[in-house]
Parts: sequence; structure tokens; C-alpha cells
Amino acid sequence: MGQEIMERIREANEAVITGIDDADIAHWVSIYIMGKAYRVPADITLMQAIEYAGYRFVRGAGCRAGFCGACATVYRVAGDWRLKAALACQTRVEDGMYLVQIPFAPAEKPSYRIEEEAPAGTTLLKHFPEIARCVACNTCTKACPQELEVMDYIQAALRGDLKGVAELSFDCIQCGLCSIRCPAEIVHYHVAQFARRLYGRSLPVPGHVVERVEEIESGVYAEEFERLMSLSREEIEELYKKEQREKGGLKSDDASRVTRNGQGEG
Amino acid sequence: MAEELKLVRGYPEYMLESIERVHAARAKRIEEGPPPAMSMEEREEVLRFHPDHAPGGKRPLKVGPNKGDIAPNEVADLLEAYPLVDPAELDLTVDIDAEVLILGGGLAGTTAALWANEEGIPPDRILLATKLRHGDSNSIMAQGGTQAADKPYDSPVIHFLDAYGGGHFTNKTDVLRALVEDAPFIMKWLTELGCLFDRDENGEFVEDWGGGTSRPRMHAARDYTGMEELRVIRDEFRNRGFMLLEFYPAVELLTSPEGRVNGAILWNMEIGEYKVVRAKAVVLATGGFGRLHIRGFPTTNHYGATADGLVLAYRAGAVFRDLDTVQYHPTGAAYPQQIVGLLITEKVRGLGAHVVNREGECFVYPLEPRDVEAAAIIRECYERELGVVTPTGMHGVWLDSPMIEEIHGEGTIERRLPAMFRMYKRFGIDMRKDPILVFPTLHYQNGGVETDPWGRTNVEGLFVAGEVSGGVHGKNRLMGNSTLDCLVFGRRAGVAAARYVKELPDQGPLTLGHVEKFVEELRTAGVPEGRRSPILLPDYRGKRVLARMIDLL
Repeated sequence: MGQEIMERIREANEAVITGIDDADIAHWVSIYIMGKAYRVPADITLMQAIEYAGYRFVRGAGCRAGFCGACATVYRVAGDWRLKAALACQTRVEDGMYLVQIPFAPAEKPSYRIEEEAPAGTTLLKHFPEIARCVACNTCTKACPQELEVMDYIQAALRGDLKGVAELSFDCIQCGLCSIRCPAEIVHYHVAQFARRLYGRSLPVPGHVVERVEEIESGVYAEEFERLMSLSREEIEELYKKEQREKGGLKSDDASRVTRNGQGEG
Repeated sequence: MAEELKLVRGYPEYMLESIERVHAARAKRIEEGPPPAMSMEEREEVLRFHPDHAPGGKRPLKVGPNKGDIAPNEVADLLEAYPLVDPAELDLTVDIDAEVLILGGGLAGTTAALWANEEGIPPDRILLATKLRHGDSNSIMAQGGTQAADKPYDSPVIHFLDAYGGGHFTNKTDVLRALVEDAPFIMKWLTELGCLFDRDENGEFVEDWGGGTSRPRMHAARDYTGMEELRVIRDEFRNRGFMLLEFYPAVELLTSPEGRVNGAILWNMEIGEYKVVRAKAVVLATGGFGRLHIRGFPTTNHYGATADGLVLAYRAGAVFRDLDTVQYHPTGAAYPQQIVGLLITEKVRGLGAHVVNREGECFVYPLEPRDVEAAAIIRECYERELGVVTPTGMHGVWLDSPMIEEIHGEGTIERRLPAMFRMYKRFGIDMRKDPILVFPTLHYQNGGVETDPWGRTNVEGLFVAGEVSGGVHGKNRLMGNSTLDCLVFGRRAGVAAARYVKELPDQGPLTLGHVEKFVEELRTAGVPEGRRSPILLPDYRGKRVLARMIDLL
């Protein structure tokens, strides 16, 4: 029975794990990859469409899930003057798309020793004086496939607001499209990275973390580990089950609501 | 031509009836809570539906250090395969000389570089080579968090026990102990480098529950945890001036006549040229095998997860363990088609979402260990037939994401799960208002190259870290222990490699003797000549084009 289920699962996933077979496709659109027309299935991503058309990526594909920025793509749709930006792995094909991938952004990144840099707003300008050239045109924001307020964080950087930059830029995947389009030639994502690290370093390591590190280094848990390892498999299993069941009596914080398993209240 | 499917709120009309049932039953489900966690006996029973336990799909290896051990067919096909290039055709004149060569550009490899440097090897004597861009890896996609027992209610011993039980008590205990005892240090190190983990209003870390953990100890950076960790240490890497080669996968290790690993053949994927690297130590941090689509499952893994490191290490004589188990994440996207297989982080369940069948019933405790949770979903879909079938024929169950907003208040999803919210929005679905459809997806290589607590292997000169290694998670990994694994053992392997290098006067001449020997073994075992590895990249080109493709240039 198990084997039959596995076969059914494999069959349902055929198009995802190998190439697409035309026989499975009912709806089609036409797209233009670097100007050349291809007819591709309608319900797939740009990345899948480029592969369907016959390309095997070396560049231009990475995590395939919207986290790495390798598949930055710009496109126009017929009849629309706007130049749009997207991640190929996270965007569905549309009829009449003209697209090209931009898998690399030339960018200057200053080197710094983060521990020697003051967590102050002026530190950003020291390493990235070009942010003062920002003309507030908002092109970077329009180019961002994550829909971040890129210009706003550059303005925050100019004001020296590290926390503001950190929060506004946090979801940046560093694809580089903002910097490719910027008329002031700012490398936004490196500015943001530096600002986040400066801000992060200004927050103290929580006391409970520091204490735990000291405890471990002084060997506080050595005895307990040795006792644990001297137990029989059955005894360890019992201990495990007890911890899984009792969960240290934790139930009052918000997370514990979902762990209710007959014992908790929450 | 068939009618184009009409979508309502991003879903085909026929699914709405089931979605409405999920909505209707929500208040009562929140009130009653999920069913209790399974007993050990119930776990055993449901695991029959796990792809690892269902019959078929595996075979004993015919050759190599683990001859006779069981591996998935897809992995065995790569281990029992001939090299891409004939050793006799390669000129082994050295192109690059390094003290430490690191293969892989994810969290483990990058951390290894930083710590080999901390241990005294200059950055311009450390080469990191990676198949894709530096950072394109499974690490960067890690959403849920990193485990570290640093709160007063917790301890490394309890973390150990959780991981040991979650791994069915098969973990290598010395390595697991190193994992849990280094964890708080790693959190401190990352924070000092400027990593921004979620904090509460008092500046304390927010720590959540994860499947199979008996204490909340998951440290997250929204749902971009791996990305935040990686981009910070990559920035640090860039500041220090290491040697870096991108789009240069290793296609073979090099060994001295005594069998010590002393370099690698790298291949420029764009140009086709190879480079010979001589090194005193090699750190293998090449990640896992998700893109092999074991048993026909879709995967959460990045494009390059093709088990190259396993292939290379095996030829060099490295011993593996626990290669027979594969982790299927319980919740991959099952709909829409464009994102099938992508990860829906366990944090969604950690924040309270129930796993619900077609009828709106919560049929399983949401935070079982991953293998148990995945098996329960497969049983619900394929034995009880209570799943929802998608237009492409996939079965799935609902993950009731709107519960998160009900429990924690409006805005929680956008704040805590921005990546996921963004992904569904791109495809027309508002996960704050409607549930999302999920099915297990191939997620993680539990086993791999066996190591000691310092990433050392049975092969001299070869160190490993991260997903390519085996032992620390036993036969099943818990959420939040993979980024931790990369960071802890990346550091340990980097340190150990640096110490080894300092003691080693001479790495000896470069040879491919181990490959020649392995080829002999393959021939003796009757392995078919056409089978080659490593495969380097998967192939998703359309079938129609492939059928008419000719190579003329």
C-alpha cells in the first residue's frame, strides 16, 4: 500500500521534478526572452518558463524561493511604458512580457572592521559619502522586487537613523536592482547592510545569553551530561517523554497556547 | 482548449467550499485545542506512511566505504557512478596554492573561513570556492530559526534530550553535545557581529517553540533567519579579503599517495576550464541532496543541492552514516502550482496554526517531530482521502494561517512572517484571511559524512560541516538545528583545519589515485559505464525542446 501511495505522489509531481511535458498544458502565453519569442505554459513562473523554453541556468537561479536575489529580472509588458522588476522565481508569466535577467550587479563595497566603527549615523557617510548624492527620485523603490521603501531608508541613512535603516531594509535580499538603476550610483544594499550591522552591534547581548555561555565554559553542565550518558536507552527515553509531556511547566506565554496537548491550559 | 480556471481569492472555485468549512470550524478548534501529541506507539503506526518507511525506494550500496549500507536509489545512483573526467586526461599542475580550501558558500563554509582566519591562517591563504554565488544555499532560505538553550527555563542538557529523542536516539552523542553546548556562544558571536534577532520590548530574545522541542528556544529574524545570519557573516567575509571563486564547483578531490586529501579540481561552469587547487586541508561544506527529488517529491532546497560533496568524499574514502533517512518537511506549498514544494516554515505552526483536513478538522497535533507530522499528512491525504486535490493533481491539507491573527492579534503575520506573506500575496492569496494548502516536501539530508566533534573525518585532511555531514541529527533533525549545525561545525571545522594545517609540514604530491582505485571498484561491481557524477545541476528544461536539441557548436 505504501509503495502505491509513493507512486501516486511521484505522478502528481512529475512536472515539478522533471521538465514540463506539453501534453499536460492547456493554457499558453507568449513571452520574449531577450527579444526572442517563446510560447510557454500560462501558469508557471518566469524561471520555470525560461527553463521550459530550453535554458539550463548557471547564473540566474539560486534558492528558487525568493530569498537569495540571484534571479533578478527586468521586464516590460507590451503596451505599457513602465520598466518593471521581479524575481523570476516568484513571478507568474504574463502574455507579452519582454524580459531579461540581471544576474550580477557591479558594486563597490568598502571594507571595514565593524568592531572599530562607532554605531553613529555619521559612520555611514564616512564609508558611503555618495548617499549624499541621492536626488530622491524614488527609482530605487520602484525597482525593488521586495517592494521595500528603498529611497526612504537612504534618506534615513542621510539623517543618521540607523534603526530606521535597519527596519526599512530588513527584508532586502541584495539582488542589486536598486543600485543598477540609481542615477546617483548609490549601492543601497551595502549601505543597508552596514547600517544593520552597526545597529545590531549597538544592542547588548542579552544577559541570559552571556550567563549561559559562562556557565557552559566553566563546565556547569558536564556532570549532568555525564549522568545522562550513563543511563540506559530505556531510562533516557523515559526522561525524553517526560520533558516532551511536561514541557518544563511552561504554559503562560503566548507560544504555549499551541503546545496545549491535554495538560496545559493556555 | 480547456476553459481557463477561474480563481477566487487566488483559489479555484471548487476549493471554496472546503475553505469555508475551515473558517466555520476555527472558533471551536481554537477553543478545544488540537488533538493530543501522539504516544510512541501511535508514532510508530503512522510512520508506515513516511517515504523512508514505505517499501521500495532504497538499495544497498555496491561499492565504497559503506558497501552494503542502504541508501535512497537516487543517492546510490550518484555514489555508484564514474567520474565526469578521466583522471588520465587531467594535468595536475597547480594553479592556486592555499592553506585551507573550503568548498561551499553557505553558512557552514563561510563560518569555516572566518574561524580558520581567527585561528591564525591569513585570509589570502584561505580559498572559498562555491558552485553558485557566495550565499546561494539552503542556509539563506532557512526561515524558522536557530535553536540555542540560553533562557533560565532551559539548559543544553534539555536541548540535547529534545534533539536525541527527535532523532530517535540514533544521533552521535559526542557531536550532538558539541552542538548544544556551543549554541549560546554562537548566538553571542552572531549578535556581536551585528545580527538582528527578534527581541521583545525589554531587549530579550523572543524565543518560540519548534516541533519536538520541550522548551521555546527558537531564535528568529522575522522569517528571514538564515538570510540575516548569512548576509552578516558574508559581509564579514568580504571585509577580511579572503580568496573567493564563484561558479566554480569542485568536481573531484585530490589526494596524496598515502590517501590524505590535499586539494581539489575546480571547474569554471561558464567557461569550461578547470583549475587545480593545492591545499593542506579541505573543508567540505557543500550542503545536501534535495534536488535529487528522492521518491519523486518536490523540494524546498536551492538549485545547487545535488549531493556533489557526498560523491567526492565517498571516492576519497570517507565513511557515511544515516544516509538511509531523508527529512520531508511536513508543510511544503501544495498550491499554487508556481510554488509547489517551497517551504512553509514550521514557525506557522509554532505560532498556532492548525493542520486541518478537507472537512475543517484538525487531525494531528501540529508540532510532532517532522517525520511523524509528515507521515500523518500523507495518511490523511492518501489513506483517509481527506485532502484537497489541486488542479495539477496534488493532494494537500490546509494550514490554518488565519488562526495566527486570531491568537496573536492582527498584523502578526506581516510582522513575524513577512517572507511568506509576500510570497502568497504575489500569487493572489491573502494568508491572513484564508488558509494555505500544504503537503510534505523533501527538505533535508539527515545523514552524511561521519565526523568527530571537530568536523574531522576518517580521511586525513578532510573536514566537513553542515548538511553534508552525518551524525549530529541522527535519523531525523529538529527545526532550528540545521542553521545551528552549520554555525557550530563550520566554526569547529575551520578551527580544526587551521590547527591541522599548522602542524602539517608538506601536503605531498597531488594525485587522483583514489579516483582510479574507485573506478576499478565500480568496474568490478559491474556498474553501468554511462553513469556519471557529480551532476552539479538539476535539469528542468521542457521535454519538447530537449527532444529536438542538437549540439553543433
